[in-house]
Amino acid sequence: MNMSIRIVQPILALILSPLLLGIINRTKAFFAGRKGQPLLQTYFDLWKLVHKGVVYSKTTGWVFRAGPIINLSAILLITLFIPLGHSKAVIFFDGDIFLVIYLFALIRFFTILAALDTGSSFEGMGASREAQFSALTEPALFLALAAIACGTGKLSLSEILVSVTSRFWLANISIILFVAATLIIVLLTENARIPVDDPNTHLELTMIHEVMVLDSSGPDFAFIVFASALKLWIFAALFAGVLIPDIGFGFWPNLAICVLAVLCVSVVVGIIESCIARLKLLFVPHFIFIATIFAVLAIVFVLRK
Amino acid sequence: MLIEFMMIFLTLVNLIILSTSRLSTCIKVIAFQGIILGILPVAEGHFDIQLVIFSIIAISVKAILFPSMLLRTLSQLNIHREKKPYVGYGMSLLIGLGAIVLSWWISKNLPLTVAPASSAVLPVSIFTSFVGLYLIITRKMALTQVIGYLIFENGIYMFGVILPQKQPLLVELAVLLDAFVAVFVMGITIFHISREFDHIETDQLSTLRS
Repeated sequence: MNMSIRIVQPILALILSPLLLGIINRTKAFFAGRKGQPLLQTYFDLWKLVHKGVVYSKTTGWVFRAGPIINLSAILLITLFIPLGHSKAVIFFDGDIFLVIYLFALIRFFTILAALDTGSSFEGMGASREAQFSALTEPALFLALAAIACGTGKLSLSEILVSVTSRFWLANISIILFVAATLIIVLLTENARIPVDDPNTHLELTMIHEVMVLDSSGPDFAFIVFASALKLWIFAALFAGVLIPDIGFGFWPNLAICVLAVLCVSVVVGIIESCIARLKLLFVPHFIFIATIFAVLAIVFVLRK
Repeated sequence: MLIEFMMIFLTLVNLIILSTSRLSTCIKVIAFQGIILGILPVAEGHFDIQLVIFSIIAISVKAILFPSMLLRTLSQLNIHREKKPYVGYGMSLLIGLGAIVLSWWISKNLPLTVAPASSAVLPVSIFTSFVGLYLIITRKMALTQVIGYLIFENGIYMFGVILPQKQPLLVELAVLLDAFVAVFVMGITIFHISREFDHIETDQLSTLRS
């Protein structure tokens, strides 16, 4: 597979990722019996934000300005590592799992620093929650990827997902299901989705991610919104890549199925958001701990063989 | 593959018991566990009429009789939740996770003369027994301790199912009968305790001796 075709994967991610947020909103609107925003609302928002000016508080320093830029650039870098449809990604090497997870950690670190830099007490609260919950999701994500890496015997994200053929899938269905269950919980937590955090609310006492970016404006906020859309895309692509095996018809059908699956994941997220209420903050660690349990069970089942 | 899924469900169900404080959920989980355990001997593929009768008896006792007796006791008690166990629910889950890993390790090093139908049956049976004992040790309510006893019994039952030809059915039936009598007596006792003392917390009962 040559480079020029592989570059399609990140380009698709860049083009389609804001659509996911639109699909989630539309699904939620459908369940609530409303008409809902246009599907392309996130694109309009991004367009509007890019043309606005930026307002910086006098109390902020360079960290606040660097936050969104590092956020976007790191997420763009991660996008290059994420394979769509069981082919190799643009960049891959042994152990790139760790790089991807730590790039996420880097993003989180700078988002938290930028939030703390504003000196707002609300943002500090959000930052502390984000730090707490992400410290819990990271082991779950690591263990899940370790389980599937053990199962396939590969250490690079691309090669792992290439190895998820229909044969492997059938032989290790329990592992696949455990990993997928972990990934969906991690997806909901990392992307500040409903059982953990409500992206629509602006009630500062309960929200996590939204509260950390309250002071960002204009293009900076556009960067953050686009980065979070890409993050959702990345997790959905990982989830789809693990759950849906390689059907063996070559690159393009696999790619089409994977993109379709990613869009379906956003519908599923919308359904989950419509069906359940947000957890009490005290119960969120329990919820994330369930993901860790699934991941450990996956590892137990892998190591049995 | 079917047995493996059943084992996964049993593991998850055990973890649910470890993490819930609601007594009615615990009882429902017991019923669910009873159904899976009843199907298990047939699902292992030894299909004869004796075994089918036995699993029907097992299902009717474990999945219908025990839970309905416990639910009846619960409805007389005016208690819905285990309030303060000795070990918290999050910690219990963590310990349960450790127990899963431990039981898989034990079963890997435990030589069996007959190969079970799925390598997952043995560790899950050890884990189930562990959960039962753990509930008896760490929970204060007498009702939860009865549930722990039942889960422990389920674990031992699973261990027996692995060796279907080696163990006479008569023994299994006798064990089932013993468990039935035990639950029956314990249900009545719990009801009497709660009527006398207005609670069923065993740590407070032990202070009565002095």
